[in-house]
Amino acid sequence: MTARIESEPGPMKNRTTVERKSDREVVVTRTINGPARIVFEAFTKAELLKRWWVPKSMGMTLLSCEVEPRVGGKYRLVFDHGGPEPAAFFGTYVEVKPYSRLAWTNEEGGEGGPVTTVTFEEKGGKTLVVLHESYPSKEALDAAGTGAADAMVETFDQLDELLVALGESSGQ
Amino acid sequence: MTTRLDTSFAALSDATRRGVLEQLGRADASITDLAEKFHMTLTGMKKHVGVLEQAGLVTTKKIGRVRKCQLGPRRFEEETAWLERYRQRWDERFDELDRVVEELTRKDEER
Repeated sequence: MTARIESEPGPMKNRTTVERKSDREVVVTRTINGPARIVFEAFTKAELLKRWWVPKSMGMTLLSCEVEPRVGGKYRLVFDHGGPEPAAFFGTYVEVKPYSRLAWTNEEGGEGGPVTTVTFEEKGGKTLVVLHESYPSKEALDAAGTGAADAMVETFDQLDELLVALGESSGQ
Repeated sequence: MTTRLDTSFAALSDATRRGVLEQLGRADASITDLAEKFHMTLTGMKKHVGVLEQAGLVTTKKIGRVRKCQLGPRRFEEETAWLERYRQRWDERFDELDRVVEELTRKDEER
């Protein structure tokens, strides 16, 4: 219904789409090149989650990552983001259906945190991941998209692009 | 910023209002012109223009007995920038996920 944005697919790279479904909901979709079982494991095993949840360009280092993927189980990720104190992101799993569905709360911000629901749908050896973030209020959602952390992301994006460009020009 | 974004998203959630913005992107128009173009009553069009005006997407001024509408100071860019930032964050994350999953899938097949 509302504004929708898609990325240009590069070679071998699938499209990530983001759609703001309503005042307080955002849906992100992406096809991942692998079976649902493996994608689900990458979401629910700490040693795998660690490897992708915090891309380098975010400018944060993951200090620890604990996950207990069962209904009522907790997760906790601690980051060093260059500030005086590390930042912790934590919450509770509210749905865990192996290889098809996951949902968790985001409690680090107190009451205002979203509930994240992820579904995994396998088709021809690839998996469509649909990630739905539902915020308790529209104010909370707007804040999530306009925070200082995003400015950081953009800065590091540019740095990343620069590094790629430098890597290419040095004959990699 | 927050409430401005909200009113903009609400304003843009309607096909007629998006059409009106497109139309005004080409040329200024009166509410009567717009009502005719979109096959609506004058009252209906006034409501739509009112919503767009509140969101800062359209401005109107009365010239004689006609109310002229033109694009406001704000455009789509701010809204799309918001979504683009959100998308980039997930895109980067999913790129990394793709790498991990591809590696595991390869290992799985070799087994």
